[in-house]
This record gives sequence, structure tokens and C-alpha cells, in this order.
Amino acid sequence: MPTQPTWKNTLKACLYLLPALVILITFNLYPIMKSFFISLYTDYDFFNDVVYEYGFGNFAKLFQDPNFSKAMLNTIIFVIGVVPSSIVLSLAIALLLNTKIKMMGFFRTIYFLPFVTSVVAVAIVWGWIFHSDYGLINYFLSWFGIDPVKWITDPVFAMPALIILSIWKGLGFNIIIFLAGLQNIDKQYYLAAKVDGASAWNRFKSVTLPLLSPTMFFISIISIINGFKVFDEIFALFNGRPGPANSTLTVVYYVYQKFYEEWQFGLASAAAFVLFLVVFLFTVVQLIIGKRFVHYH
Amino acid sequence: MAKEALSKGTIYLLLTLGAVFMVLPFLWMISSSLKSPNEVMAMPPVWIPSQLNWDNYSEALRIAPFDKYFINSVIVTVLSTIGELLTTILAAYAFARIYFYGREIVFAVLLGTMMVPSEVLLIPNFVTLSNLGWIDSYKALIIPWTASVFAIFLLRQFFFGVPKELSYAAKVDGCSEFRFLWYVMVPLAKPALITIALLKVINSWNAFLWPLIVTNSQEMRTLPVGLSAFTTEAGIKYELLMAASSMVVLPMLILFFIMQKYIVAGVARTGLKG
Repeated sequence: MPTQPTWKNTLKACLYLLPALVILITFNLYPIMKSFFISLYTDYDFFNDVVYEYGFGNFAKLFQDPNFSKAMLNTIIFVIGVVPSSIVLSLAIALLLNTKIKMMGFFRTIYFLPFVTSVVAVAIVWGWIFHSDYGLINYFLSWFGIDPVKWITDPVFAMPALIILSIWKGLGFNIIIFLAGLQNIDKQYYLAAKVDGASAWNRFKSVTLPLLSPTMFFISIISIINGFKVFDEIFALFNGRPGPANSTLTVVYYVYQKFYEEWQFGLASAAAFVLFLVVFLFTVVQLIIGKRFVHYH
Repeated sequence: MAKEALSKGTIYLLLTLGAVFMVLPFLWMISSSLKSPNEVMAMPPVWIPSQLNWDNYSEALRIAPFDKYFINSVIVTVLSTIGELLTTILAAYAFARIYFYGREIVFAVLLGTMMVPSEVLLIPNFVTLSNLGWIDSYKALIIPWTASVFAIFLLRQFFFGVPKELSYAAKVDGCSEFRFLWYVMVPLAKPALITIALLKVINSWNAFLWPLIVTNSQEMRTLPVGLSAFTTEAGIKYELLMAASSMVVLPMLILFFIMQKYIVAGVARTGLKG
């Protein structure tokens, strides 16, 4: 069999690739470029698909729009609220599950349940749990003498409610990845550390954490990127609004508003392009930091 | 390690507390969906309804066509999964086994597109679909999702692991390359294909933003979109909202309980999320 490319093989490959490439070029590759062009449409008639004017006006408009700055800030607060606590919690649970206890499979199943369920449905359920008068959370808080909190309608508490829901939803995924990472660590390292008399904490600090750093690195990237893309949760939790007084307006929500509610395609695309740049930047920063501190074995 | 730092009892206690936090919303959803209107609003809360009000489900179905949404979700999920599997099998084979000009470049470009958030593609794809006249049709819900770079990448890796001798042997026996792909490679790649299919089913069933944007009429809504609209249609009747949410959530929970081994292993192996 030939291991060098030939024209005959190229023709054959084209046939095999045709279905996938038609879809991917039309709906993945072309729109990436098109998206940038749309962000330059400063005067666009969508219904007749006619562009009257091009320019960078949308980007200028975007950075002058206080709502966009607010959306960016809210998104960053959301990421900071979700990512570190989710990583700490899921690592702790993964460590507990990794102790070879009985029922480990059972617990893993339970923690993983939210992953397979519709964000919209569970956000609606959480909206009910957060209900200020009849919600479960306020009922539990009343045991400790805490007055009912208006989770969904108070701008101060809307973001914490969103963060709690998101941590709950994403925990199972992180736990599974951490468990896979933990199970990849060679048991001999622990044995050696034990022989040297290292305490449980020291073994965690000096064996587990460094050897788990690639996993940690992977989870952080994925979590930050997903955090920047949050939308469904907000739409469902706050009933099709970006929270009370725009308190959970995020970048994707802003894109949705400008695009689907206000039909400002150029401005929406400009915002989407900024989202892409931010995600890209984070990936690059993480890659650079990761190269220096992450221990690959 | 945690085993020595903490006693077995503490480990179980912590894990159980966590498990309660994870599962309570689901139990609360199902319990609320079977309550009478009075019980739903009771304080302190009623944990187990005094009688099971299955009527809530028929009432929810009466207000909104969840049966229609359900059929739409099934059609969209099944067809986009089959479509993705077909395009993936063909493309992954080409990238793994056919030596052609530009193979590395084409593959690198495809991998590069994975860095772009799908939200960026929303607006141009919407414009494309309106120009094609596909808005508010099954085509709009299905066709853009019938190919995935990630799936191609995953299956290509798997195909690399299949010994080349098999294809030589098949060739000697006069089996065509195309038949070899479907009768030898595909059965061998079953674990990878099941992983790809299950993750696709979950994502497709739960997809929200795209179906929200490309559907206008009630008849074309999928379950998540229908459920989201139901929050305004049902008003503040939480027992109905919870019944409707259960109808969306339960099919995936059942699928998960049956296929859990493959789903968990698939996620652990691929790190694929949403």
C-alpha cells in the first residue's frame, strides 16, 4: 500500500471527506470569516441582505456601551465565582471517591447526574428552589434564623444564585476528569513517600498536586472558556431576562440581545468577536503559564 | 491518602452530604410535580405529596404540546446523531488511512476551528439559513450539526490504532476499501462510536440557544425551547412547571442509568464537554 500521497488517493479522499467538509465549511469555517465581516457592517438591511456601509464603528460603539462593559465585568465575576470553587470542591470529592470505598460507583453516578440533564430544565428547578417565599434554600436558611433572601429578584443575590447553579451543574464533569487523573498517578510514588515518612498532607502537596497539574490545567482552561460562554442558565433562571437590573447580563447574553432582540447584527458580531478574542487570549495565557508550572510525566 | 487523614465514617458523611446536594433538586422536582397546588406552596415544605397528582402532567400537556416537542427533540437528536456518525466515519477514515495531498493542512485547519466558540457562528449561520429559507424547519435544527471536528479527531485517533495488516489482508481477499471500512473498521471502532453517539445525543437533546434562534413556530420547538416558553405560559404554577421539567429531564436520566458506563468512560477519556 502506498504511503506517499498520489492524485488518485487525493481524489478518493475528497469523496470520503465530501459530506463532512460540506457541512464544516458551510457552518464552521465560512461563518468564522463571515462573522468578522458582519462585525464591520455599520449599516445593514438584514431582510434584503444589503450592506450600505462598512467600518469599525461597531467596535467603537461597543466599547462606549455601558451595558457591554457591564456584561464583560459580570462575566469575569461569574468566572471568578465559579471556576476556583468548583475546582476545589470537585478535587476534594474526587480525592474522597478515590479512597476505594464501597459505593464509589454509586456516588460517582449521583454527582454526575446534572451533567446529562438539560440546563434549561435544571435552571427552572433551581429557580423554584431559590423562590423567595416557598423555596427550599430560604427554608433551610430559616433554620439558622436568616430572613428570606430574594435570590431571583434582588440584583445583589442574582449572581450568587447563578453561580451556585453553575457549580452544581459542572461539578460532575470535573470530578470524572479529576478521578481519571488521580487513577493515572503511579502508586509507587505514594509508596516511596510513605517509606520516607511523609504525612498524608505532605503526600498530597508533593505528590498528588504536581502530578495532577496537567489535569488541573485542562480543567481550568475548559472551565474558564465555558464560563465565558454562559447563557442558557441565565435565560432559564431569570425567565428570559438577564437578571434583575441587568445583574447577570453576560457577554453571550449581550450578543443574544443585540442580535435576536434588537437585530443589530453588526454590533452583536463585534461583541461575539471580542468574546472570541478573550477566549483565545485565555487559552494562550494558560498555555504559557501551563508550560512553566505544569508537571508532565 | 484521604483514607488516612479522615476516618471512613467522615468520608461517607462528607460524600453523602455532597450527594444530597446533587440529587435534592431532582427529587424536589419530581416531588413538586406530583403535588396539589396547595401543597406546592406549603411552608414548611411538604416532602412527599399526600396523594400523587398525575393530573399535573396532563394539565401541562394540555397547556403546551409537550408531546409534539418531544417528537421534535427525538427527530432532531436521532437524525443529527446518525448524520454525525456517517460524516465522521468517512472523514476519519480518510484522515487516518488515505495518503492524500494537503492532509495535514486540512486537518490542522479543522482543528483550529475548534478554538472558536460556537456563539461566534450564531449570527452568520442564521444569515446563511435565512438565505436558504431554512429558518423554522427541521433542516435548520439538524443539518448544521451533522459534522463535528472533535468527533472526527477522536475517531481518527482510534482508527490509527487498528493494525494496518488488517487492510492488507482484506485487500488480498478482494475486499474493496469501502467495504473494509464498514465491515472491519467500524465494528472495531464500536467503543469510540458509542462514546461519540452518546455525547452527541446528550448535547443534541439539551441544546437550547440554537433551536431558540432558528425556530419561530410552536410546532418546531424542541423540548428545552418549549419548556422555556412554558414558564410564561404556565404562569406561577410551580407544580406544572416541575411536571414539564421532569418530562425534559427524565429521558436523559434514564439513558444515563442504562448507558452510564459508556458515558462516564467517554467523558473521562475525551474530556468532552457541551
